[in-house]
Amino acid sequence: MNELIKSIQVSIWFMFLTFPIMVIRVNAIEKSVIWRWENLALVGVGSFVLSFIWRWALRRKEAGDAAAASGGKEAGRLSALLENPALRLPIQVVLLAVFCTIPLFVTTYQTNILISFLLYVVLGLGLNVIVGVAGLLFLGHAAFYAIGAYSYALLNQYFGLGFWVALPIGGVVAALAGVALAFPVLRLRGDYLAIVTLGFGEIVRLLLENFSDITGGPSGISNIPRPGLLDMQLSVAGANIYIYYIVLALALVTIVAVTRLKDSRIGRALQALREDEIACEAMGIDRVGVKLMAFGLGTAWAGFAGVVFAAKTTFINPASFTFFESAIILSIVVLGGMGSNLGVILGSAFLVLLPEYMRAFSEYRMILFATAMVLMMVFRPQGLIPEKRKTYTVSDPELNAATGGQN
Amino acid sequence: MEPVLDVTAVSMNFGGLRALNDVELKVNSGEIVALIGPNGAGKTTFFNCITSIYTPTEGEVWFTPKQGVRTRVNGMKPNLVTALGMARTFQNIRLFKNMSVLENVMIARHCRTKSGILGALLRSPAVRREEKEIVDRSYELLKYIGLHKFYNEQACNLPYGAQRRLEIARALATDPALLLLDEPAAGMNPQETESLKHLVLKIRDEMDMAILLIEHDMSMVMSLSERIYVMEYGCLIAHGTPAEVSSDPRVIKAYLGEEAHA
Amino acid sequence: MDWQYFTELFLGGLTRGSIYALIAIGYTMVYGIIELINFAHGEVYMLGAFMGLIVAGVLGILGFPAPAILVIAAVVAIIYCAGYGYTMEKIAYKPLRGAGRLSPLISAIGMSLFLQNYIILAQTSDFLPFPRLIPDFDFLEPVAHVFGSSDFVIVATSALFMAGLTVFIKYTKMGKAMRATAQNRKMAMLLGVDSDKVISITFILGSSLAALGGVLIASHVGMVNFAIGFLAGIKAFTAAVLGGIGSIPGAMLGGLFLGLSESFATGYISSDYEDVFAFTLLVVFLIFRPSGIMGKAKVEKV
Repeated sequence: MNELIKSIQVSIWFMFLTFPIMVIRVNAIEKSVIWRWENLALVGVGSFVLSFIWRWALRRKEAGDAAAASGGKEAGRLSALLENPALRLPIQVVLLAVFCTIPLFVTTYQTNILISFLLYVVLGLGLNVIVGVAGLLFLGHAAFYAIGAYSYALLNQYFGLGFWVALPIGGVVAALAGVALAFPVLRLRGDYLAIVTLGFGEIVRLLLENFSDITGGPSGISNIPRPGLLDMQLSVAGANIYIYYIVLALALVTIVAVTRLKDSRIGRALQALREDEIACEAMGIDRVGVKLMAFGLGTAWAGFAGVVFAAKTTFINPASFTFFESAIILSIVVLGGMGSNLGVILGSAFLVLLPEYMRAFSEYRMILFATAMVLMMVFRPQGLIPEKRKTYTVSDPELNAATGGQN
Repeated sequence: MEPVLDVTAVSMNFGGLRALNDVELKVNSGEIVALIGPNGAGKTTFFNCITSIYTPTEGEVWFTPKQGVRTRVNGMKPNLVTALGMARTFQNIRLFKNMSVLENVMIARHCRTKSGILGALLRSPAVRREEKEIVDRSYELLKYIGLHKFYNEQACNLPYGAQRRLEIARALATDPALLLLDEPAAGMNPQETESLKHLVLKIRDEMDMAILLIEHDMSMVMSLSERIYVMEYGCLIAHGTPAEVSSDPRVIKAYLGEEAHA
Repeated sequence: MDWQYFTELFLGGLTRGSIYALIAIGYTMVYGIIELINFAHGEVYMLGAFMGLIVAGVLGILGFPAPAILVIAAVVAIIYCAGYGYTMEKIAYKPLRGAGRLSPLISAIGMSLFLQNYIILAQTSDFLPFPRLIPDFDFLEPVAHVFGSSDFVIVATSALFMAGLTVFIKYTKMGKAMRATAQNRKMAMLLGVDSDKVISITFILGSSLAALGGVLIASHVGMVNFAIGFLAGIKAFTAAVLGGIGSIPGAMLGGLFLGLSESFATGYISSDYEDVFAFTLLVVFLIFRPSGIMGKAKVEKV
């Protein structure tokens, strides 16, 4: 009964709150007002139902927190399935086979979608090194994507450099820019760092817009050549498929590299940095060096992705690299699970593929992702696939004897 | 023989507040030295000064590593001080909470290993060997400290006393010549304190290490340490063997007197 | 030196600065109390402008006089935005107390994107014209070309509200509780301050001022769009940082400082780099003087 009253209160409150925005639409030119009362009913019913779910979920979360505090462990079913060692190899082989052959069966349009999915995988994995592994909230990723894209476009326009030469250069330039940004922000605390990187991202975009003599200003650079294959002139569709394979290779390299990095001495230092900076220094880790590495290692991938993006679209302008883009990449990392590479891949799939294949949702794509970002933070801050800690095995017969071979 | 740690007239100001005033302290190799004093006397500030987390306003901190040359460490970056051979634990435990017990120790091997980004990407045999050495050495230390059963547990799930011991294991993993323990027995029960005492002695004897500890547990301080320094309001007020210190009237007044009231 | 040009820039900067200050107060109050950069605060300002637009549209069709529309639009916008601010805190931030610094910030970014898309879906993604609601004042006639009536209304209203807020914080019981909570939340709670209530009030006050700013600037500029909150939010945050985040007088000064320096920079250097200038100021200050123009540095306890 009490619950019912609460939900009715919530429902009334939301109907009141959303009334002007949801119901009234003024047409100032025709001097007419459209009243959309159906929306009010929608909000009322929706918030009534959702408030039940909200309170239930909050209670469940509190119970879960209590259980976790008393030592209970909840293993995600999805991640358990995906990380089952027996299934792991077959799944990987099947996925690889599917991704290798898929462009032969689908249209150019769909190949394009897959290309953008893979680009987001690369971007997300790069950002994951900085945000997920090293715990540095970074809101300027799109700037480094832009740096990669413009590196190729400008090098091509002024020096005639080809895609394959520009690809490593774009990555290196982005990494250097990342390190250069990292220098002044080293001392900053988490939330200040976030804002500074956001500011930096916007500065890069505004500079690209304003240096019109070199960058073409807001109208950008067009006629960027696609990568050539052994001097062959490819058709648009062919070139697209070729780019698909390039991105696929890039994504695979990224996955392997980022995974290896995470499990290495450097990766451990990054994770320790996320936990406690002062203890890190006291344990002999060069905080400055490690942070610079985190930035460089994260932004390099954005640079690579940027070069490929420029080659794919053959046209770039600053509008593609707004804060909005950074926010999308961040939400991929957050939804997927900070620190979890598998999570990031799944996050990009959700963000790019779902709206494309469920047309009805595409209009609501961003609002759903925004909602998911909030809900994830409230109910499941670890993301869809929580970061999996590497477990080390030691061969110690004494220990095995002591615990009855359990370990 | 050179003392491992030689602190001359160190002072530390925070704004107008003088937290440390002309503190002089020496630790010889193989010695266990205690630093005691009432709460707020500046003991932890002193630790932060010698490990270079703070840069002292005045004075000098000299450190002599094993088979090394006497080096001035004040103003050096904290990680380089650790690399030289000075390791510490924290009064308010600062473990890497969400990492496993083993990983906590492995991280401390960072400054004794060197594989870089390229190594991580290529995973050459040398890198893999180094990685295995890190795991083995870290596990060995856990075993030494008696926490090896929990090596795959998350550090924050360990009981309090075990967390303090893990901090010691982590400090040992940096191969120090001087171990600084900041209230290692705080929050421990008498049995745990007793076994900690044996551990400290064992570390000193078997690992050839000098130890400087801050501690409030008087029985532990008196039975462990060869020499004791007493601080009050940022100044050293006494220094000597446990017997000398415990009979010093100023110490009784400042420290033990306060205890008696409390 | 061209004094007239200077005066023009100065007064233009004053108008801008007042709006930045109004929004900056919301950032600074929230940061002072729960150490959160409420990223969605700029969106509350944008919502305020939209509320104003909708009310003005309806009343305009009904034939109300312009000054009455302005007052009603402002009041409605303030009430609704206070409601949005309150609700936002309950949904996106309250469940995250004690969850570190990054989770609430990410939640705030999500909230900001949500509100933008809410407007896109429920209203429009186009630029909408905002009616001119502020009448021409006769006494401003001689200076109208540099300091119009809308400038006057913006500066005067902002000053009035900020003075009101200062009095509220200084002299009321709630204000005292807010200051206590900002100093030490745990201690304030132990002494009987209802910190949930204080936090709610903080959001309500901050959102109200942002809504007022939204209505005022919209009628000054004559345009409204779902995206105006982002830039305004960042600039107001810059203002809050300039003044030393957490300090209310600081936010007011920081707002004026940013408004004036932006105005002079665009007037004497180049208008192309207006936003670059604000962002650069933000980055430079956060890096070199995160405690603001007058603030003191904090030492982290080890």
